[in-house]
Amino acid sequence: MKYLLMICGDESHANDGCGGWSEEMERRGVVEGGAGLRPPTEATTVRVRDDELMLTDGPFAETKEQIGGFVLIDCADLDEAIEIAAKHPAAGYGTIEIRPLLETPVDL
Amino acid sequence: MTFEEIYRQEWGQVVATLIRLTGDWELAEECAQEAFAAALQKWPSDGVPDKPGAWLTTTARNRAIDWLRREAVGAAKLRELAAIGQEPDVQYDVPDDRLRLMFTCCHPALAMEARVALTLRTLAGLSTAEIARAFLVPETTMSKRLTRAKQKIQHAGIPYRVPPAHLLPQRTPAVLAVLYLLFNEGYSDVARSNLSGEAIRLARLLVQLMPAEPEAAGLLALMLLHDARRHTRVADDGALVTLDDQDRSRWDHQQIAEGVDLLDSALSSGGAGPYQVQAAIAACHATAATAADTDWPQIAGLYAQLPQTAVVSLNRAVAIGMADGPAVGLRIVDELAEGPLADYHLLPATRADFLRRLARWPEATTAYKEALTLATTDAERLYLEKRLQEVSVRG
Repeated sequence: MKYLLMICGDESHANDGCGGWSEEMERRGVVEGGAGLRPPTEATTVRVRDDELMLTDGPFAETKEQIGGFVLIDCADLDEAIEIAAKHPAAGYGTIEIRPLLETPVDL
Repeated sequence: MTFEEIYRQEWGQVVATLIRLTGDWELAEECAQEAFAAALQKWPSDGVPDKPGAWLTTTARNRAIDWLRREAVGAAKLRELAAIGQEPDVQYDVPDDRLRLMFTCCHPALAMEARVALTLRTLAGLSTAEIARAFLVPETTMSKRLTRAKQKIQHAGIPYRVPPAHLLPQRTPAVLAVLYLLFNEGYSDVARSNLSGEAIRLARLLVQLMPAEPEAAGLLALMLLHDARRHTRVADDGALVTLDDQDRSRWDHQQIAEGVDLLDSALSSGGAGPYQVQAAIAACHATAATAADTDWPQIAGLYAQLPQTAVVSLNRAVAIGMADGPAVGLRIVDELAEGPLADYHLLPATRADFLRRLARWPEATTAYKEALTLATTDAERLYLEKRLQEVSVRG
């Protein structure tokens, strides 16, 4: 199963690093990709309505908790995804949302 | 056994086995339903088979194969089909199946209301309409809730298994919490007492499946001890009857003995958890010959062992008050009222009761009036009105 871990938390923690989490997960071979993000103040939000391009400075929702990074994982099931997310240092000060990916059809 | 009894006994097992075989919750339920419909048609003329559960499971399995054959277009489905077909006689009554189902229905990644509904539907075999009635929501709402929960299990990859040992300490309480909530839903409302019956049935199953888990036995004991007093808790006019005034000869003493035995053997395995402590409190009440014989100091000591939630703190104050006198109890309640329990709706009723015992009639009258504005059920209201009348004529 593939899941996206969306790591949300106070920006001030953004440079705290992952405290060995990345190394462990790389070793376990569950990480497929991911990145940390620049702060939401540098975000640009795009919408197209009636063929008209509309841009907004900033994230799509102004909330205290913003996505600061994401990791794509591939693991056995939700229990393992929860275990992986709970070990991430950001789980201790922010929140991590686990979203299963839409399955791509494999019946060929 | 009547057909209804067979249904109650076998439904969960048939669904649990079919989920294991197909991995598809909706399909498992539909096929189980069809198997019971086939039984209803055949058994009256052919007679009930020796092992009705095995007959039902095989029939449901065959329905699943038929369905998958019709629908099987992709390689994955065909592989699935081959896997199901492999077992000529379906492995029936794998004890783990129902336990797996129980843990999956009660997975903490599901909302509490979804866990309760799912447990009642897939494990206990209540219809969506029955569950909707029990929780006072429209049937369409309940149906959506169940569908959403099943979809989440499937799409989010909630595993269909008994959690491994290192997860059990956090996951077993999640199962117990669902069963206890179910019990309380039925216990607090006479009209829905069937929910308590279902909770007891499921707790019995859990004890049978997890014999080494003392908290499962503790929870079953707690339910049995409370339920034994069920008939005496509400008067003919619908008013709540407190422990003092319940007719103890009408308690189910056989059920009390069963609860006490269960609790004793659970406690002997050491390290009493919160359900065993609550069961011990219930046992103190249930085994007291008269209200005056109640061992209040022991009850107060037991409440002190529980996490101090609002309801526990208040009950502890009541126990201390009953042991050391209403003046002491009132002082503790007033302290609680200043602090964490300021808005707790049962607090004024407890205060009123101590004031009544102290014969401080005008203050008791005021407190009962306040309690009445906060009462949440008709049974409580009727009880409080009776008390209010008693104290206001004396004041």
